[in-house]
Order: sequence, then structure tokens, then C-alpha cells
Amino acid sequence: MSEDKKKTGLIFFPAFDWAISPTHPEREERLLYTQDQVFEEGLLDLDNIVEFKPGLATIQDINRIHICAPDAQSVITQSHLISAGGAITAAEKVMQKEVDNAFALVRPPGHHAMRIVHGARGFCNINIEAIMVEYIRHKYGPRKIAVIDTDCHHGDGSQDIFWHDPNTLYISIHQDGRTLYPGSGFPDEFGGPNALGYTINVPLPPNTSDEGFLFALDNLILPILDEFKPDLIINSAGQDNHYSDPITNMSFSAQGYAILNDRLSPDIAVLEGGYSIETALPYVNVGIILAMAGIDYSHVTEPDYDPDAIRQTPQTSRHIEQQVSYIYNLWKNRESQRAGVVKGGEYARRDKSIFYDTDGISEHQEETVRICDECGGLVTVNSRASTGNRIFAVMIPGQSCPACRKKGEEIFESTNKGSYNYMYFQDRDRDIFLVK
Amino acid sequence: MIVGIDVGGTHTDAVLLDNFEIKKTAKVLTDRENLIKSLIEVTEEIFEGEDPGELEKVVLSTTISTNAIVQGKTDRVGMILAAGPGLSSEMLRINEDTHFISGYVNHRGIRVADTDRGEVAGIGNIFKKEGIDHVGIVGKFSTRNPGLETEIGDIINDRFRHISFGHRMSGNLSFPRRIATTYLNAAIWDTYNAFVKNVMEYVKHTKTTAPIYILKADGGTSEISQSAGYPVGSILSGPAASVMGILSLTNGSKDAVALDIGGTTTDIAIFAGGTPLLEPLGVTIEGHKTLIRGLLTRSIGIGGDSRVRYEDGRLVIGPERDGPAAAFGGPSPTPTDAMIALGLTNIGNLDKALKAVKEIAGVKNYSIEEMAKEMFDLVCRKIISAVNEMLREINNKPVYTVHEIFEGKKIKPEVVYIAGGPARPMAPYIDKMLGFPSCIPEHAEVANAIGAALARTTTELTLLADTEKGEMTIAEEGIQTGIPRGFTREDAIGICEDKLRERALRMGAQEDDLDMEIIEDQVFNMVRGMGYTAGKNIRIKAQVKPGLIAGFKKEELNVRR
Ligand SMILES: [Zn+2]
Ligand SMILES: [Zn+2]
Repeated sequence: MSEDKKKTGLIFFPAFDWAISPTHPEREERLLYTQDQVFEEGLLDLDNIVEFKPGLATIQDINRIHICAPDAQSVITQSHLISAGGAITAAEKVMQKEVDNAFALVRPPGHHAMRIVHGARGFCNINIEAIMVEYIRHKYGPRKIAVIDTDCHHGDGSQDIFWHDPNTLYISIHQDGRTLYPGSGFPDEFGGPNALGYTINVPLPPNTSDEGFLFALDNLILPILDEFKPDLIINSAGQDNHYSDPITNMSFSAQGYAILNDRLSPDIAVLEGGYSIETALPYVNVGIILAMAGIDYSHVTEPDYDPDAIRQTPQTSRHIEQQVSYIYNLWKNRESQRAGVVKGGEYARRDKSIFYDTDGISEHQEETVRICDECGGLVTVNSRASTGNRIFAVMIPGQSCPACRKKGEEIFESTNKGSYNYMYFQDRDRDIFLVK
Repeated sequence: MIVGIDVGGTHTDAVLLDNFEIKKTAKVLTDRENLIKSLIEVTEEIFEGEDPGELEKVVLSTTISTNAIVQGKTDRVGMILAAGPGLSSEMLRINEDTHFISGYVNHRGIRVADTDRGEVAGIGNIFKKEGIDHVGIVGKFSTRNPGLETEIGDIINDRFRHISFGHRMSGNLSFPRRIATTYLNAAIWDTYNAFVKNVMEYVKHTKTTAPIYILKADGGTSEISQSAGYPVGSILSGPAASVMGILSLTNGSKDAVALDIGGTTTDIAIFAGGTPLLEPLGVTIEGHKTLIRGLLTRSIGIGGDSRVRYEDGRLVIGPERDGPAAAFGGPSPTPTDAMIALGLTNIGNLDKALKAVKEIAGVKNYSIEEMAKEMFDLVCRKIISAVNEMLREINNKPVYTVHEIFEGKKIKPEVVYIAGGPARPMAPYIDKMLGFPSCIPEHAEVANAIGAALARTTTELTLLADTEKGEMTIAEEGIQTGIPRGFTREDAIGICEDKLRERALRMGAQEDDLDMEIIEDQVFNMVRGMGYTAGKNIRIKAQVKPGLIAGFKKEELNVRR
């Protein structure tokens, strides 16, 4: 492991009085044993680990990234303002250089929340990392940011939000979507036409162990990061790859998580999923905190840890090696593929059917992006949900070109409300959010 | 009659209270090498002509434990740690005699690896060979399952003079702090117990049957023989006496700040509705972060005698003291000299004060008055910023529920109590800068002794019940017992209060002083597999909070207009 101690900020918010329902995996008890372990290890007494109280995210912070139907207030609880606020606090402490890095150990999570929000899906209402990323850009100016999503589930919400953004490299490493919710996250999901290659999916077969994760990290993620040269690296740090997790099928360990964070060296980590609350989370979280702080984590192991019993098969290793080299080639050839995707059109459209499993809502979306060489491209979305809400949204990307902005303003101006319940206009650079 | 005695660094003060009024005070020089001697001297002085039969109790605030630690007059302690996974052993090792064993329990108090008897006995042999008489046994999460520690103790028990057990120190979590606390407890065991024995012997010679109490770091008292098992409880009783002194002289009931401005330091404490705040986990002494329950105080290195000088063009105050203020023959200008020069007080030699201030006024071409103003201003500002920083920290303490984030109580001081030499000249400036009124308690010179005399007996207990395991622990009492599946939060609170009452009475509390409160109250459903509720995890903490003994009825001290 690296030798240097770092000053690490910890924003801990276990929301001991908040649950989706009493027996839901997202319940009061989730971070209880993590708190016990972190307290008992005395981590908060260490000179280079400082705890901060989470701030509260604002409705503006949410509206900068999401279009919530009918509005942000009605799709969130107070707890979401705290978890998103906790992520923002982590970012603030890093950006203000009060700490070298920070870990927002907060709940509820966010990476399944997409740009348009009609309700909760995959236990998520709003995307706390995306809100944090846009907060950073709003306050500190344009930044190249890499979000590495190490949750076991494909971060389909984050992918949706960053899909058209060439300044955010979104890499999700997860259990193969053919075997796990949400069933997406394949290598050919590779970013929108204006940001081709800046969404990268690395599906891994069930029962992948430390070896496989670290292989993909060393041979794919770190080399791509070297080339992308982000200003900030964010770990969307789910902990459900753990071998004891009840809702997934991977074989990652606390040691694996600690090594991954040591090598990835994220500026900010934000907790996502992880539901083996008693046998995994206490050790995984202590491992991550120590790794981020540059403190010896080699003694952090689960009581029942037996690397031989969970080691991946040689076939799994071979499969991962092939997968990694295939995806690395995709990345290398991202520029040359663009022509084939754009095909000379002015707009590109995709249709999406989205199911909000947590709230039982279904939504149909038509998303159109303006093909643009200058920026991420103007995006419009036409969405109707089983709640009865029909909405239309015009979204001007950050660092937008004048043409995309002008076009967007015209569309919002000229489109008739007609059968829509609500129409939204979102301009990130100017921090404008309008509803009509 | 109650006698309060405060052993300070220079003086030992005693006060005799009759019906809560000061009847008499006494003062002797402290003999640091022989505290008992100073105690006897001051006791005889204050008792001169009094009827020992009238005496209700004597309360001592003594530096015996603090001094032993600060001066390193500690015994060698063999430490046995049951650490399990987590921080590396290098970070946990507290001395050269620290040994790690393979048994351990996890966060739920479930024993994951058993004790290896041979391993423990072997460590016992090493200690014996090294001539070690005191042992500390500390397990990670031992508050959740004291059994492993006591089992280790049983293996080596008959071979050592004393064993301190980690789970007895506190119900709070923090393995490193538990290690430090247990180590210190064992290290000062002999010193403290010798002191207790000496006091008891002296008391036997006198004709009184009144009980003797010791003031603890949390501003509460414990009967002296009960305190013998927990020597570290009596560290830092000086600052505690000072805070309790201010409380008894003001009888405040508001959110308040207390400042004790001394010669070299200024101590800050905070009251919430008249109750002094406690350190969340425990006090820090000589760099050791511990689990010892103690009052939350901050000490800054600025006082009336602090050396003032220019460093690289910047005016700097303290933390060192070269001697008394120049006005009293000291070598350097001090804040006291500035206050004399400004006419805020008329103590000491004015000419000497002016001369000292003039010495550094030249650096910035200030007049004496400008210089004195600058010095005085800086002292006030430094103290204010320390107060505000402390309040900010308290009010930004992380909380873990949505309710507390949105509804959590904030400390909003309405008054600042100021004690110490410069209290009078500084009060009008400090209260203006803080934005709330000040008040200066009378008899502040014997505040510590009065605080000790009027403090009530305090203690706390932590109950953890796990209905899936069917077990309940109260670590501080060494209780680990089975519970039925239907055990409820109400059952837990009932037992915790009963045990707290028993413990407080055993420590010498009066029934009237059992002002108990529940300070932690959490119940979690433990859900396993696909939504199956396996049991409840119940966590209750109760305390008798620091405060003044029943019967003490003094009008709340008014703030200055
Ligand atoms: Zn997940
Ligand atoms: Zn554009």
C-alpha cells in the first residue's frame, strides 16, 4: 500500500430514523454495525481523519441536474437532502483543501436515479453523486471529472445523467446485467453521440473475486484514467460486491475494497449500495477509510474471510481478461466510431422504457440530443409516466455552445404546453431552472 | 457542615459550609511530594474549634492521580489485548509490555475466536519474569461481551497484585481509548490506593464518622473507598472543581459560558441549561485520549501573566509565563501590566507596568496607551475566538438522525461567568465582544473548594440488549445475562435505571440527588434474510448528571447591568 498519510474527511450520516420500509434493505439498521466498528476502532480520534456534519442540499442543487415530476419537493424526503448534502460537504472539504480526500458514508443512495425523476428506483430517488458533481462545477467552474462506480449493480441512473457529457468520464464496474438488476450496463452502452467513449461499462461474471476486480482496475480503469486526466476522481462506492451480500453474487472482500481504493485514490468517495450490513459493511468501510487515509489496512478482514474459498475460477479470470482488452480497444477507438454513430444527422433520438421498481411506476421517454462538435449537446425529453404526469424538458448542457443554447431557448419558447402537465427548462451554465 | 478541599498546584484550599453558607476558609501551601501532609494541615486549620460530630461529609479534589500521570510516577503494566481484525497492532500497542492474543469478539459481542489458555498463561509467565505486578486486559468490543476479558483474567488472576479490565472503564466504544484508560488505571493503581489508605488512616485518628468523598473529572463525587477500584476517575478533578465552583456560586440555569482566567491559562466550560457539558467520549490527559467521563473544558495558553512580545512584527501572547507581571517585579510585559497601564485595575506598581509596556511600544511607534490597548485587545480577542470556536464545535457536532439534523438543540449562551484575577477589568470588554452579558461570582478565590463541597454523586451506565442473542450486558457493572425473547425497550430502561440507582447509592449518592436521565435510547429491528425480523437491538444509556446536591437553594446570580 502507499506510504503517505492523507488527511481524510468523513461525513457519516447513517439516518438511524429513516427507512424505505421496516424490513427493506434500506432501513435504519443498515449502517448500525458500521458505526459500531468505526467508533470502536477509534478512527475518528486519528490525527488525519476528521468527521464533518453533513450540510443540506437545496432544491436548486437538485434542479441543476434532475427534472423531477412534478417537482423536487414531492419526490424526496428530508433524508435525501442530507445524503446529497453529505456528498456536497465531502466535495466542499476537498475543494477547499481542508482535507486531501473525503468519504461521504451516507444513506439513502442515488446511482439508480436518472435525469428525469418520477419516483424511486433501485432504492434511489435523487442521484447524490451527480448532484455533487454539478455543485462542484457550479461553484468551482468547469472540471473534468471521473466517476468510477464500484457498486455491484450497474449505475444506470448515473449513466443516464452523464450519457451526453464528454467532461464526465463515467465507468461502471458491476455484475453482468444478464444476472442482476437493473439488467443493463453492457460494453456497447458507450455514451451518447457527443460523448462517445465517456461512458464505459465493465460487466463482470458472477463470483468474480478480488483478483478479477483488481485486474480490471489495473488493466483498464487506471490506464483510461491516465489518458483522460481528470481533475477529480470520484468513487461511487457501493459495497454490494461483497461475498456475503444477500442480493448479489460476487466474491469481493474487505481487503479487495481497501486495495481498490488505495490504488484508485479517489478524491471523493460516496457510499452507494451494500446490504450485508453485519458481516461485510463494518469491515469494508473501515478498510476504505484506512486506505483513503493512507493507514495500514492489512489487518482489516472479515472474521470468516477465507480467500481460497471464494477465489474465482480460471475460466472467470480468462473471461475478464478478454472483456478488459475488448473494452480497452473500444476506448482507444472511440473517436473513429463516432462517424458511424452520428451518420451525418442533426439530431439523435433514443426511446426508453423505465421502470421504477421501488415505487412501482413505469415511464416512457423519448430523448433527443442535438449532434454537436462544440459541446455535450442540447437535450430534450418527452416523458410520460403511469402516475399520469406527462412532461417535456429542455436541458442545456454545462459548457454549452451558443448554438445549442439558442436552439434550446427557442424550443422551450415555441413549444406549446398542449397535453403536457409541466414543461421544464434547465440551463446549467447559467443556473437557470424554469417551469411552465 | 460540609468541608470541601481543593488541592491546587500551589495552594490547598478548604472551605467549611454550614447550612450551605461559607462559615470559614483555610489555605496552606501544597506540598507536592506529600499531598497527605497538606490535606491534614488544611483540615486541622479549618476544623479548629469545630465539633466533628456536626460534620456531614468531606469532599476532596486532589491532584494525586493527575500528578502521577503527568509526572510519570506510574507502575509498569502488562497489557493483554484481544484485538481481532482492524487497526494494526503497531497502532494499538501502548507500551513495551503489550501482548496480543488470538481470541476476540465482534461488534455484536459474538465471540469469534476463543481464548487460547496456553497463550494467555505464557504471557502471564513473561509478566512474572519481568517483575510486573499490574495487568490490564482489554478486548475490542468487550463492552458487548465482557466474558472474554474476565476469562483471561481468571487464567492469570492469582499471580498478580491487580488486574484492570477494559469493560469496567466505560460503556462507550473506542478500543484505543479503552486501552489507554485501562493502562492508566492500572499504572496509577498503587499510588492512588496508597493515598486512599493514608486518608482512611488519618480519618480513623480523628473522631469523625463522616464519609469522605473524592471529586471526579465529571464534576461528581464518589465515596473514597468506592473510588479505589477506579483511580483514573479522579484525574483532572481541578478543572472539574472550578466548573462546579462557578455553578455553585451562580446557581445558573441557563445556557452559559464559564471562563476561568488564571495566570498562565484560561479555562473555558459550557453549560446547557445549568448543567456543565461532558466530553462526548472521555477526557484527554498527557496525550492519552481516554474513556474517562469528564467535563468538557478547553484550556488556552493565555492568562494575566502570559509573556507578551513581538515576533516577526506580530504581537504574540503566551503560552509561556516568564514570572509574575512586570508590575509585580516580573521580567516581561504581560496582559496584567496592560490592564494596569490602562487604569482598568489599580493593583501592583504602576510605574513598572508602564515601563514594561513602553519597552515593546517602540516596535510599532505606539504610545504607551496605544500599546496597552493593543495588548489588552489581543488578549480579549484570543479568548473570544476560543469561546466561539468551542461553541461552533459543539453546535456542529455530527448527529445521526434526520430528526436531530432538523430539530437538534443548539447551545445559545445567555450569560458568561468570569472568574480569576483579571475577571473584573476584562468582563465589560468580553461580554460586549461575545454579545451577551457577563457576571462575576463572589468568593471566586475558593470556588474550587466550594464546587467540590456541593457536587453531587454522578455516574452512568450503558445497557445493550440483543434479543436475537437473548443477552443483555451492562459492561460498567460487569453484568452479562440472559433475557427473554419478548424483552422490550421499556424493560431495558427499567433495568438500566434500577442498576444506575444501585450504583449511585453504592458510590455514596443521597436519594434526593438521584437526578437520573436517559441520554441514549435506540431500538433497531434486526432483519435478516428476506425480511425476517430476527430480534431487537436495544441501546440505553442513563446517567446521574453533574449538578449540585439537593437542599442547596441559592438565588440565581444576577448578571451585571
Ligand atoms: Zn447496488
Ligand atoms: Zn453544442
